[in-house]
Amino acid sequence: MTDTLTVDGLTVHYATREGALQALRDVALDVPAGQIVGIVGESGCGKSTLINALLQLMPENARIAAGSVRLEGEELVGAAQRRLRDMRGRDISVVFQDPMTSLNPVLTIGRQMRDIQYREPCDRAEKLRRAAAMLGRVGLPDPQARLDAYPHELSGGQRQRVAIAMAVLMRPKLLIADEPTTALDATLEVQIIELLKELQREIGCAILFISHHLGVIAELCDRVVVMYAGEAVEEGPVADVFLHPSHPYTAKLIECDPGRMKTRAKLLPAIPGDLPDLTAPPEGCIFRDRCDKATDLCRTKPNPVAVNGTHWARCHYAAEYGA
Amino acid sequence: MTAPILTLRDVVVEFPALRGLKAMMAPRNARHVQALSGISLDVARGETLAIVGESGSGKTTLARAINGLLPLAGGEIWFNDMALHQRPDWHAIRRQMAMMFQDPVGSLSPRKTVRELVLEPFAIHGQDVGNPSQTAQRLLEDAGLNADFLNRYPHQLSGGQARRVGVARALALNPAMVLADEPTAGLDVSVQGEILNLLNGIKAEHGLTTIIITHNLNILRHIADRIAVMYLGRIVEIGPVTQIMEQPRHPYTAALMSANPEPDPTTRRARIILSGETPALTARPSGCEFHPRCPVARADCGSQIPELTKAGPRAVSCHYPISENT
Repeated sequence: MTDTLTVDGLTVHYATREGALQALRDVALDVPAGQIVGIVGESGCGKSTLINALLQLMPENARIAAGSVRLEGEELVGAAQRRLRDMRGRDISVVFQDPMTSLNPVLTIGRQMRDIQYREPCDRAEKLRRAAAMLGRVGLPDPQARLDAYPHELSGGQRQRVAIAMAVLMRPKLLIADEPTTALDATLEVQIIELLKELQREIGCAILFISHHLGVIAELCDRVVVMYAGEAVEEGPVADVFLHPSHPYTAKLIECDPGRMKTRAKLLPAIPGDLPDLTAPPEGCIFRDRCDKATDLCRTKPNPVAVNGTHWARCHYAAEYGA
Repeated sequence: MTAPILTLRDVVVEFPALRGLKAMMAPRNARHVQALSGISLDVARGETLAIVGESGSGKTTLARAINGLLPLAGGEIWFNDMALHQRPDWHAIRRQMAMMFQDPVGSLSPRKTVRELVLEPFAIHGQDVGNPSQTAQRLLEDAGLNADFLNRYPHQLSGGQARRVGVARALALNPAMVLADEPTAGLDVSVQGEILNLLNGIKAEHGLTTIIITHNLNILRHIADRIAVMYLGRIVEIGPVTQIMEQPRHPYTAALMSANPEPDPTTRRARIILSGETPALTARPSGCEFHPRCPVARADCGSQIPELTKAGPRAVSCHYPISENT
């Protein structure tokens, strides 16, 4: 099977007054064609930096220090601006957390959906017809009339459906979904998850789904990558990772999810301590300071350890924990 | 049972729907929308009541009405035998009823240090601080922060630390009741547990009454004694936390509880997926307001308005509640 997206050794630094902030360090991940890969991690783990790097839309003080990002074999790091512009929106598209910020408030939905087809060699009526068909596909009632609506006339859930319709309109190879359900209520969240599953089956695109919600990842994704403080610490098939977490951070994270505990807990678990300072990341294992199983060996940098098939974790003791 | 600390009777809060000339021309009943339409509730001393519901269900409006930040259009609120609906002395009431606002960092003034922030309630209410440094330090310690934080500014705090400062501020004047609006919003899972442990600890220690407003269903059974489920400005179901979560009787509660994605990939629950979204307050459906989305609605649900009917410790407003044996 071919990989739609291949990220290899990606390292991103931000220039700050305190020195280079190493936001991503040696991140590697693959998104196979037609699969949904989840990225889970808490604030400060580098999720947003990763998305920016995938799209090659970095803030001015950011620098890709090493590594490569390839879409179906084509290198994106250092590619010509013109070529990247061609690919964004057509080969790679994104659904953001807050649909209100990704839609233009002063243009109608129809106008915006027509505009994103600017590369298509067909006339205006055909573009609008395609737009309406896609709006209907994502479950918006009365799509023809919605073309004349402005974003503020729609509810939150409808706006997110429009954002998804726009993202998949060009049938991208890779869809990046950045916490698309976080701003939505629980009953809408499940509707959007079902929709993404259906669209994925229909269009066959690969999806990179970013979330901090373990439940959503477990439900939607085939594989999951766990990130902590700028590193991918564990990766594997969803069921393997959730049932046999092999990195202590993953294990703690799953333990902390109160949804897992079906009876009232006297004391809820938490991970004590803070993220390390990324301008001077500690030697050795990045999670060492907060890990209650750390030993002297953890002062040396662990390499990814294969646990079972394609499931690996960046921990010296991964084989023991995963068992 | 002792007298409840807080009692609400048919509380109604309205917002103007139209402005200017349009409002003058419109019929009287179309000028306003009801954000809360007849909420009745008793909160016992020392209990933790969680109010759940989706955006627009009126959770925050309810908290604001209780705290006097919004005027009532009707109904009564009694707190510690004080009538909150009759122009009370809010200054005195807010000394006993503290509020914790949603955004942990945003609810702290960015130009004040932590020390100034936790001492602010004393200045506002003209209370004796004693030794300011000692008091500030004691409050921070109670909230699980050490004295190093006293001279920091809010932007130097993480979300969890800022939330702890919020807790310290809320508890500064030793209130009888705390209203917490989304205490875990914006916090990572790994710190959320610490904050909830802190709230639980404080509650046990001081016998504090707490009202928690949240849409995070996962935390409910660990902090709440009772839950009230809101939909379109009304309470549709209320009762003890495990009963409501495990045997919901209102179809909306059942759908809400089943919508919560599980972190365990091996469990696949039968999920009730609701069609559509919460209707706008300006276009409330007739009869039972949930009937257009309800998977088990029958013919008369569209015409008859159900009452919140009490049965033992719980109450539900539905013509055909889910019974325990089905």
